[in-house]
Amino acid sequence: MSSISLKNVKKAYGNDVVIENLNLEIRDGSFTVLVGPSGCGKSTTLRMITGLEAVTEGDVYIDGQRVNDVAPGKRDISMVFQNYALYPTMTVEENIEFGLANKKVPKEERKRRINEVCEIVGLTAYLKRKPANLSGGQRQRVALARAMVKDPKVFMMDEPLSNLDAKLRAQMRVELINMHKRMGTTFVYVTHDQVEAMTMADDIVLMDNGKIIQQSGPKELYHNPNCIYTAQFVGTPQTNILDGRLPDGMKLGFRPEKVRLHTMNEGEGINIPASVQTKEMLGSEIIYSLDTPYGVIMCKSEDDVEDGTILMVGVKFDSMYLFGADTMRRPLGEAERKMIAAAFREGKA
Amino acid sequence: MKERNKALDAGLNILDIVGKLVLIVVMAFPFFWMISTALKTLGETLLYPPSLLPESPQWSNFAEVFKTIPVGQYLINSLIVCVSVVFLQYLIIVPAAYSLSKYEFKAKSLVFALVMLGQMIPMQITFLPIYFMFSDMGLMDTYVALIIPFISNPFGIFMLRQYFLQVPSEVIEAAKLDNASDIKIMFRIMMPMVRPALVTIGLLSFISNWNNYFWPLIMTSQDAYRTLPIGIALLKDADTLQRWNVIMAGNLLLVLPMLGLYILASKKIRNAFVYSGIK
Repeated sequence: MSSISLKNVKKAYGNDVVIENLNLEIRDGSFTVLVGPSGCGKSTTLRMITGLEAVTEGDVYIDGQRVNDVAPGKRDISMVFQNYALYPTMTVEENIEFGLANKKVPKEERKRRINEVCEIVGLTAYLKRKPANLSGGQRQRVALARAMVKDPKVFMMDEPLSNLDAKLRAQMRVELINMHKRMGTTFVYVTHDQVEAMTMADDIVLMDNGKIIQQSGPKELYHNPNCIYTAQFVGTPQTNILDGRLPDGMKLGFRPEKVRLHTMNEGEGINIPASVQTKEMLGSEIIYSLDTPYGVIMCKSEDDVEDGTILMVGVKFDSMYLFGADTMRRPLGEAERKMIAAAFREGKA
Repeated sequence: MKERNKALDAGLNILDIVGKLVLIVVMAFPFFWMISTALKTLGETLLYPPSLLPESPQWSNFAEVFKTIPVGQYLINSLIVCVSVVFLQYLIIVPAAYSLSKYEFKAKSLVFALVMLGQMIPMQITFLPIYFMFSDMGLMDTYVALIIPFISNPFGIFMLRQYFLQVPSEVIEAAKLDNASDIKIMFRIMMPMVRPALVTIGLLSFISNWNNYFWPLIMTSQDAYRTLPIGIALLKDADTLQRWNVIMAGNLLLVLPMLGLYILASKKIRNAFVYSGIK
């Protein structure tokens, strides 16, 4: 178990600065997910923690110890790669054993640990096979076993599920959560998939352009986004943003699932005239795209309304986010409610 | 129209087959002639017009080779030289190819260009200075003189580098996180992954050294260090009369090990050349 901290870290490739002044604290024993679009610097951050990438400036600490000059193999870190990175010429057993042998763990102990880990991930029957003769899911397990067997201080994963099919991915998510509970080790997980982040993380670090946009628990991130970027990154369909109605360039945001297909009382929320443009049936819910005088808004509801219906939809003040012209979140008090109510007075286009 | 196309196709097909047959004959005939002559009597080799096949195979020609020259000694010398060259080449080209493919360092492309330049300089330009240098150092008539000039192999470095480039970096990174040293990564991870290339490079270099005539000729003057090609050539000078049947038997002895080796490894060699990537 270990905490990780990055202090004033900068990463540049030549003149190309990828990450500038990154400060990040990863709690001991947490399941922390670095999430963001591709190219946001999340993988680079992960690789700087592992030591596979050197930091240009700043310091990396693991367990309070500065590790800038410590070789990757000496940092007591295990990593699962996106394409598994198994050693193709070695059997499953040799793949798992390689790290232990390099750490000079005695043969008896190695055997015991390999058997134990393979029992957990269900690989016992495949120990003598080569990776080429395994399915994608099995290779994934070998990669996990290889990482687990070293009993590392920190467990890193770089998009480990992206090569699996949807069903297997959902199954592995549950297994990873269980694994984290069982091992109690610090997990650092990189993904671009917000669903993976939301379902597995204790802590989510949302990144964009080499900067941390918000770091918080999944619940907090969903219910309390600190800017438009976060609000729109988490949740599908993404948060509706109404621009151009409020003074000083302020913007109004609300989630599709908070749009009600009925009117609100004055003082409770706002009402928007809308017509149903498209309708996507998901089973338990329906996603509507609604044409309104303020632009197209998305709505997720259990209520079934026909295509083309013209109706009034309502959004409660409690479900709204107010953002400033700088896209950052603003407090939404009594005065702001009045301002919003006035701006979206019924039917006013 | 269709009929004519068919006729044209058939004609081209025949031309194709005939062309290939001619090529095969051109390539294989000298080889056949060597085998045939090796089994003839001395009288038959001098017949005019020559006979294609011996009347009865003269296996004693081979015994004659062994009687005329110390074949065993030459064979051992050839093996010592070729095996040492190949072994030392691996020690140099594997780390060189690894660093040129997977390491970032200043002037990397310049170093690579220099390696390639080494391939382009003909031996004829370098052999004289090397000869004088070795002669000054008293290395004439030693194994060292036969081995050292050949342990660099720019083509091998180039080919192996291409292979190493195809090994995913993640595999190397995984090994680094598994606390493996660079030496270990090279020998335990990379080398097994490119085995066909290593076999090919080793084999090509073994064959070219096995056949090397010029360098051993100028560097050796005693049987103790002469290699097999020199020895076989000595057959020609052993007698006043050219005993072509014995000379050809000697040549056959020289070629057979290489032929066997090639047949054994031909699949690996072909794989190495049509190599399509490691998955």
